[in-house]
Amino acid sequence: MSTETEAAPAPVPPAKEPERRSGLPSWAVQGLVSLSAIVLALLVGAILIIVGDEQVQKAVGYFGAAPMDTVSAALSAVGEAYKSLAVGALGGWTPISESLTQATPLICGGLAVSLAFRTGLFNIGAQGQLIAGAILASYVGFAWHLPPVLHLVLAIVAGLVGGAIWGGVVGLLKARTGAHEVIVTIMLNYVAIYLLAWLLTTKTFQRPGRTDPISPIVDNNAQYPKFGDTRLHLGFVLALVAAVFVWWLLNRSTIGFELRAVGANADASRTAGMSVGRAYVIAMVVAGALAGLAGTQQVLGTDLPLTDGVAASVGFDAITVALLGRGTPLGTVLAGLLFGALNAGGLQMQLITQTPLTLTTVLQAVIVLFVAAPALVRSIFRFLPKERGAGAVLAKGWNG
Amino acid sequence: MHLELSGLTKSFGSLVANDHIDLVIEPGEIHCLLGENGAGKSTLMNMLYGLLQPDSGEIVIDGEKVQITSPSDAIKHGIGMVHQHFMLVPVFTVAENIMLGRENTWAAGVLDRKKAHALVTELSDRYGFEVDPEALVEDIPVGVQQRVEIIKALTNDARVLILDEPTAVLTPAEIDELIGVMRRLKENGTSIVFITHKLKEVKAIADKITVIRRGKVVGQAEPSASEEELAELMVGRAVDLVVDKDPADPQDAVLRVEGLTVIDERGFTAVDDVDLEVRAGEILAVAGVQGNGQTELAEALLGLTPIAAGTISLDGRDLTGRTTRQRLDAGIGYVPEDRWHDGFVESFSVAENLVLDLFRKPPFGNGLTLHTDEIEKNAEARVEEFDIRTQGVDDPLSSLSGGNQQKVVLARELSRPLKLLVASQPTRGVDVGSIEFLHQRIVKERDNGTAVLIVSTELDEIAALADRVAVMYRGKVVGVVPADTPRDELGLMMAGASKSEAHDVAIENPTTLGTI
Amino acid sequence: MTDTTPDAVPAAPAKPQVIEAPADRTRRLRVGGVMLVFALIGLALAAVTKGGKATFQLVSGDLENNLLGVPAQPVAIVLGILGVGAAVAYVLRQVPQRYAGWLAAVLGVAFIGAFLCWAAAGKTFPLANQFQGTLNFATPLILGALAGVLCERAGVINIAIEGQFLVGAFTAALVSSTTNSATAALIAAAASGVLMAALLAVFSIKYLVNQVVLGVVLVVFATGITGFLFDQFMQPDAEKLNTPNVLSAVKIPGLADIPFIGPILFNQTILVYLTYLAVAVVTFVLFQTRWGLRIRAVGEHPKAADTVGIKVKRIRYSAVLTAGVLAGLGGAFFTVGYAGSFAKEMTAGNGFIALAALIMGRWHPIGATVAALFFGFATQLQSQLQIIQTPIPGELLLMAPYLATIIAVAGLVGRVRAPKADGEPYVTE
Repeated sequence: MSTETEAAPAPVPPAKEPERRSGLPSWAVQGLVSLSAIVLALLVGAILIIVGDEQVQKAVGYFGAAPMDTVSAALSAVGEAYKSLAVGALGGWTPISESLTQATPLICGGLAVSLAFRTGLFNIGAQGQLIAGAILASYVGFAWHLPPVLHLVLAIVAGLVGGAIWGGVVGLLKARTGAHEVIVTIMLNYVAIYLLAWLLTTKTFQRPGRTDPISPIVDNNAQYPKFGDTRLHLGFVLALVAAVFVWWLLNRSTIGFELRAVGANADASRTAGMSVGRAYVIAMVVAGALAGLAGTQQVLGTDLPLTDGVAASVGFDAITVALLGRGTPLGTVLAGLLFGALNAGGLQMQLITQTPLTLTTVLQAVIVLFVAAPALVRSIFRFLPKERGAGAVLAKGWNG
Repeated sequence: MHLELSGLTKSFGSLVANDHIDLVIEPGEIHCLLGENGAGKSTLMNMLYGLLQPDSGEIVIDGEKVQITSPSDAIKHGIGMVHQHFMLVPVFTVAENIMLGRENTWAAGVLDRKKAHALVTELSDRYGFEVDPEALVEDIPVGVQQRVEIIKALTNDARVLILDEPTAVLTPAEIDELIGVMRRLKENGTSIVFITHKLKEVKAIADKITVIRRGKVVGQAEPSASEEELAELMVGRAVDLVVDKDPADPQDAVLRVEGLTVIDERGFTAVDDVDLEVRAGEILAVAGVQGNGQTELAEALLGLTPIAAGTISLDGRDLTGRTTRQRLDAGIGYVPEDRWHDGFVESFSVAENLVLDLFRKPPFGNGLTLHTDEIEKNAEARVEEFDIRTQGVDDPLSSLSGGNQQKVVLARELSRPLKLLVASQPTRGVDVGSIEFLHQRIVKERDNGTAVLIVSTELDEIAALADRVAVMYRGKVVGVVPADTPRDELGLMMAGASKSEAHDVAIENPTTLGTI
Repeated sequence: MTDTTPDAVPAAPAKPQVIEAPADRTRRLRVGGVMLVFALIGLALAAVTKGGKATFQLVSGDLENNLLGVPAQPVAIVLGILGVGAAVAYVLRQVPQRYAGWLAAVLGVAFIGAFLCWAAAGKTFPLANQFQGTLNFATPLILGALAGVLCERAGVINIAIEGQFLVGAFTAALVSSTTNSATAALIAAAASGVLMAALLAVFSIKYLVNQVVLGVVLVVFATGITGFLFDQFMQPDAEKLNTPNVLSAVKIPGLADIPFIGPILFNQTILVYLTYLAVAVVTFVLFQTRWGLRIRAVGEHPKAADTVGIKVKRIRYSAVLTAGVLAGLGGAFFTVGYAGSFAKEMTAGNGFIALAALIMGRWHPIGATVAALFFGFATQLQSQLQIIQTPIPGELLLMAPYLATIIAVAGLVGRVRAPKADGEPYVTE
């Protein structure tokens, strides 16, 4: 008689190789990898600064005669640039407030991407959701005239709704038809951009007397209160509140349990009686609302009129923020603060040392590139311990 | 070809999958490699085929030591392999699959499709395979796909052919055909390594038998050895799979299925007009060869797969069209077939997995908030009750062994009052010790008055657990018979014979294997 | 061995009858619904079409001769009815599944025809310009989409086409400005595309980075690096570094004299001819050569390819790097092929439209080309309609490619299926 009840078709996964684990908790390992990535990115940036520096170029001209000139010119170029970057980001209350202002929409946008991440969705659409939120918030802000507080609250709610709709469509399409969210969100970004461009040519949105795409300024009552003389506004506090809310939602609520379960294993979740489609819709509605909140921070706090540049590159930067933050609310806040500081400092750097602001874009990309490839970072910094489950963010293809 | 493996060793971390394995394959022999799943048979063959590299040991072919570091090395040395999960590209034609990797081309790498076509036709004719070279692989039946795999190996002039669990997906008739093919190959001088855990197949075809247990060769045997001897070699102790159970005391029908029909994604009828009834306090086993609609039947019961027609009711309450969640709430417990895929969330903690379908309701949640302390407390209790080996309930489930992961699933499903338990292949991938435990728990659940529906492809498991057996073939229930029906009859029914036909034929004309 | 009696065990399995699966039915009704909506919009347009003639200009710049005048409303109505007929035939399954695609094509052509009649009623529509512009806009899209086809057929998702475009555009402008050589510019652009592709390949194949993440990050990286180099070097010295020569059109004798289509198709730049060639070559290579067979195999079932001795990673590297050539050339179009000088972020999302074309075209080179042409058509139509002044805002027309793609991936134009292993890194022990 046969003694084996294992039939063939469902494979038993091979015995797992026990991972070489360090004594460090995984968040510490991740932190180390992130720090290393930042250091590496700064090195790459330094090379760009050196290559672009005129003094260095001159010194290279007589490199043979005085090689040390080249070295010292290079060091001073990098030193100057990074010093002005640091001062511009952290050197006093005004720079700090500027960094926080820059960080505000990045945090909310990053949360929008992170929350979707945890549900197994790749939300590339923070840009579009932000624009949709900004459109509605701005409309309520300049077209309605309401008492203080109420006006601001309604304008914020309008922004949340705008983002939620733009995100919800993605969730709904994914749930109903299986349309891949990456494609849909990318496409909806452009739809939002053209929608905004069109609206700003209409009577409803275009500021009277102007021919360029710009809306009226939102009412005073609908603006986020500012802190002192800085550009920093209440929206920053809301971003932190949003982060706490996302933490609670993911870790302490039944909805979050469902979202995380669906994100980690949709099939098992379905088998356990969860509605995967519902989870997708909820995640994208909330994510959209978070991005919409970022939109309100732009039009009700930082910019005030609605222009076609309202989203700038926030939507894409939000993705890098979420990736660096590894999908956790705390990580996203920290990553948002870092990139906010880079942006604010980068502006100062451009003013003082004429190093283009675009350098910070390169830095951000390189940081995330390294964070996404821990094996590469580890091969450069040998002392780094191995991380558990590294890089397994969402290894799915179009069919997944 | 004379093939000799000596001292082959392979470890994965702390697990020694193959421990100094010695094996000799003589030219033109059918050599059975017998062992439980997880015994290390596939690891050994993957090393021989270059998919894995041995830590130590050597492979000697015709007296010459060879290094096999990739499948192309293996092919070069005349080794062919038919994998348990076919290595065919579904969207390619048969001919494209055959030529892949050894393409005949015109100038500039342009494919010579005619040659591939002719090759398939020739081999197909020579062995009587009846394979259409231009058919898409995804459109042809599993048995034919297997023949494509064999042709693939033959076109590479394989002199040793490894067949990894080739019979798992075949009907008894197809198994007979496969055995015929193996004999013909042997006559042509091809050696065959036949990997299986089914004793009857081994006895029917092997020239020589090598038994592997826990990564070691534990013995050689002749085909004349008795099944009991082989079984004992394979598992290491005399095995008694019969579960100590009292006769069933069935009450009223709990589950009633009428006219259930499921159309699968490709438009084929997977479940065809099935009527079933499971009574409180009995175990009904659904038997059948893999892929005859049992999986879809179980999924349809849980609302995981849409149904085209029919009704499902539980305790008189109509469940047709209800969501999975409503059905679970109505008192159905479900152990899915592919637990690694559907049963748990690997990255979640043990505690979270133990409430995967319970977290919404008190005491674990109150609609919106999650009560993490209650979830922990529940986990501690279940871990104790089911003897789940874990370092802590907050550890991710991925840190547990396969058997313990399974226990988590069963513990979760049995931790609430059930009217009906649906368990698909409940002991698949479980070590022998755990099988007994899981079987006892299932019987205990029956004795508590729960209706139990088991889906199993293993006649042994069915014999051990069932009070009644429903046999499925091509989506239809061909008959519901008592648990003590002879195996020959069950085997024939699994091949589509009706109850009475099976009875007559089994007596007059037993199949090669007696039973499968 | 004994055979079982044939009457007990059923003989050779009869092919099971195929019934339309519920999912297919839902899809058919959904697709049919969308088709019907479009058909009815077409018919509605026909109903409100003004009387008089719609005049189509067949030779660019010639307002006197070569005009095609049609009675606008009657033609629009005929086309509208044709479209409705096609949609209804689809919904009711009046034609075999194989030909269902043709119904969609009929509807598409009828809809566009009705739309043009409506827009051009009583006016003159520059049809030659429309097609000329379509080809222009479509050229980089086709090259980008073909690059995507090669990558994704081999199992590597390429969202970074936009980044490859930017780098290609920048490099072409730079090299053309400094060397004054079109050949050098194109070669350099192709090489820069390969460089970006190498990043994609190494990080996805070697370091197993999630390919969607990687694509997004590479686009950010390309934006940053071209922006930085532009700000730091090119802009301050624009006279020398950002004055590329736009490629000149090369007339193909004979072919260019074919009426109507001749001047449109065969009086083009070398880059456009390279694009024609690329479509043919990629299609042929993918389906008729050893390399193509292997590319498709590693994109569908890498393990199967591995077990017959194919080096999966090597094939993937080769496909991704080759694709880099095409994407780099596509980028070159934006500067030396069309606009001349480089500007920051000048590719303006075209890389993503190329991605959309690849998906709309169902990962097939011909399909991707057709989709790219459609997107080019919509973009060009936007500027044409502005010229003849229709009430439709141009921005809404510019949305068409994106909306069309959403409709496509939502399964509203039939099943869209990516290569099975697309996006999955191949890991061996």
